[in-house]
Amino acid sequence: MPAIVVDHIHKSYGDVIALNDLSFTVEDGELFGLIGPDGAGKSTLFRILTTLLLADSGTAYVVGHHVVEAYKAIRKKVGYMPGRFSLYQDLSVEENLSFFATIFGTTIRENYDLVKDIYVQLEPFKTRPAGKLSGGMKQKLALCCALIHKPEVLFLDEPTTGVDAVSRVEFWDMLKKLKQKGIAILVSTPYMDEATRCDRIALIQKGKILSLDSPDEMVANFGKPLYAVKTPQIYQALMVLRNAGFTHSALPFGECIHLTTNLSLNASEIRDYMEQKGIAVEEVQPIDASVEDIFLNLSQTAESQRQ
Amino acid sequence: MMTIMPIVQLILLSNAASNEIKEVNIVIVDRDQSESSRLLNRKIIANDRFNLVAIPFSSSTAKDYLQANKADIVLEIPNDFERKYVRGERPKLQMLVNAINGQNATVGSGYLNTIIGTFNAEIIPNTLRTTPATAQFTVASRNWYNPELNYKHFMAPGILAELTALLTIVLSAMNVVRERELGTIEQINVTPIKKWQFIIGKLVPFLCVGMILLTVGILVSKLLFDIPIRGNIGLIFGYAVFNLIAVLGLGLLISNFADTQQQAIFVAFFFIMIFVLMCGLFTPIESMPKWAQYLTIPNPLAHIISVSRKVLMKGSGFWDIRWEIIYTILLAIVFNALAIWSYKKQT
Repeated sequence: MPAIVVDHIHKSYGDVIALNDLSFTVEDGELFGLIGPDGAGKSTLFRILTTLLLADSGTAYVVGHHVVEAYKAIRKKVGYMPGRFSLYQDLSVEENLSFFATIFGTTIRENYDLVKDIYVQLEPFKTRPAGKLSGGMKQKLALCCALIHKPEVLFLDEPTTGVDAVSRVEFWDMLKKLKQKGIAILVSTPYMDEATRCDRIALIQKGKILSLDSPDEMVANFGKPLYAVKTPQIYQALMVLRNAGFTHSALPFGECIHLTTNLSLNASEIRDYMEQKGIAVEEVQPIDASVEDIFLNLSQTAESQRQ
Repeated sequence: MMTIMPIVQLILLSNAASNEIKEVNIVIVDRDQSESSRLLNRKIIANDRFNLVAIPFSSSTAKDYLQANKADIVLEIPNDFERKYVRGERPKLQMLVNAINGQNATVGSGYLNTIIGTFNAEIIPNTLRTTPATAQFTVASRNWYNPELNYKHFMAPGILAELTALLTIVLSAMNVVRERELGTIEQINVTPIKKWQFIIGKLVPFLCVGMILLTVGILVSKLLFDIPIRGNIGLIFGYAVFNLIAVLGLGLLISNFADTQQQAIFVAFFFIMIFVLMCGLFTPIESMPKWAQYLTIPNPLAHIISVSRKVLMKGSGFWDIRWEIIYTILLAIVFNALAIWSYKKQT
């Protein structure tokens, strides 16, 4: 059985649907990313899979155990890092780690090889209270604590939120190493650029999976020509492009507009069209899609279907 | 919720907490068995403030009642009461007052003195006309267990017990909910830790804090107020362990149900107010209405105050406080079982 099986999970809070008929599997030793904005239902899914929350309907299995019937067995075999820093702030780095090791009936020494790479970075601060660590250090400590009992599956809920760019890269490197040790990892992130570091990703929004594939496949299957349009008049340009017959979608993207078209056009045709409409265009060039393009396109399509 | 609680307190406390002494338990030793002594007895019993517990023949039996807390006052009528009185010799009545509760003692003996005074002034001259009008009897009154009616001796152990309970209930009520607010409970809940292990982990540190506070408190009371320590101090500490466990169990129970620390504090204070005002510290439990007296049974504070007064001031032993011990152990079991049961690792 795969490490994680999610089968038609549904959960709502009153009128708000948090998870809408969600299904996917995560294999052993796979790094699986849940990519979606805040409020997409990522944390709710984590809490169901870590046996903290009961789903309204549907079933889920973690390391072969049913999340409701065999929750005790699951708790021994998974490591969970909640979205909010959840270690004891007044305990020191070392105390936190040995506390969680003790709760799981193990010792730091027994599983030291698993956490060694991460813990060496924390070692200089081991007597410092966990609450006084920097954001990146906190997350590294939390990862250590989630790993100390040698879990078979790791649940990381937005581990890189609020962490600086350098620490984020380091963090993903660590996940890669852990994956190589055969640990299945389910990780969520609101940062689309981190998606490429996963084996497979699921783009989710409003409790529904928009797309599920490996990041490369997803990009390759984008299917529509994509152009980056650079212009000083972003707002006017957007209005013009959205009314043009060839446009599939036009979305602001930093200082550019990312334009997908239904027809295959070349860059100069687009430039000419815009200049005719009185928009100053600095540059138009075809580009490869990023996960963010895919997500925005899919979510826009999903949105218009709903309307 | 916010307004219901104070209203409940208002209703409960106004009824139960009053300074009026409604019931004084009296034991009369009538050695005289004469017409006038019986007249005096009837006069006392006729007053509905007094509740006649027994009419034993020996004064040692009467003192047992006092020691067992069944009587507040022992009135002893000497065997030559009527004879001396008729001769105009001013006989002496002896009154022993249980003065552990100073208020009860003063007010109760006051009532009794008034009755005896009336008896002196009216009844005797009317019934025994041969008596010279000047002949009157006197009352020798003695306050037992707290001879000087020292208010501090009476209050200090009670206040100490109250403060200990207050501190521990607040600490424990704030605790689980604090973990919930900080999010640390999320991490703990996915571990294989058992519910009872979690609750015991919460209980033990606060139990230690409570015991330290109690020890320091007794030392300070001894040094500052020179409170008497007549009984076995070990008995107090042994009992306090159970009492603190009961109080902590209630605190943890509150904490399990609260979503925020504010809620926890609010509910904890509701209980503290009722516990404090209905624990017998300010209003003697015996003067409360019957229903309120039953309400003190689930009040751990009432038991610890009773035990500390009995053991410290009266030198009571294990057997004298058995009911407090039994009730407290029951409370500890009930509160902690509920705390374990209500602590949910899953939502």
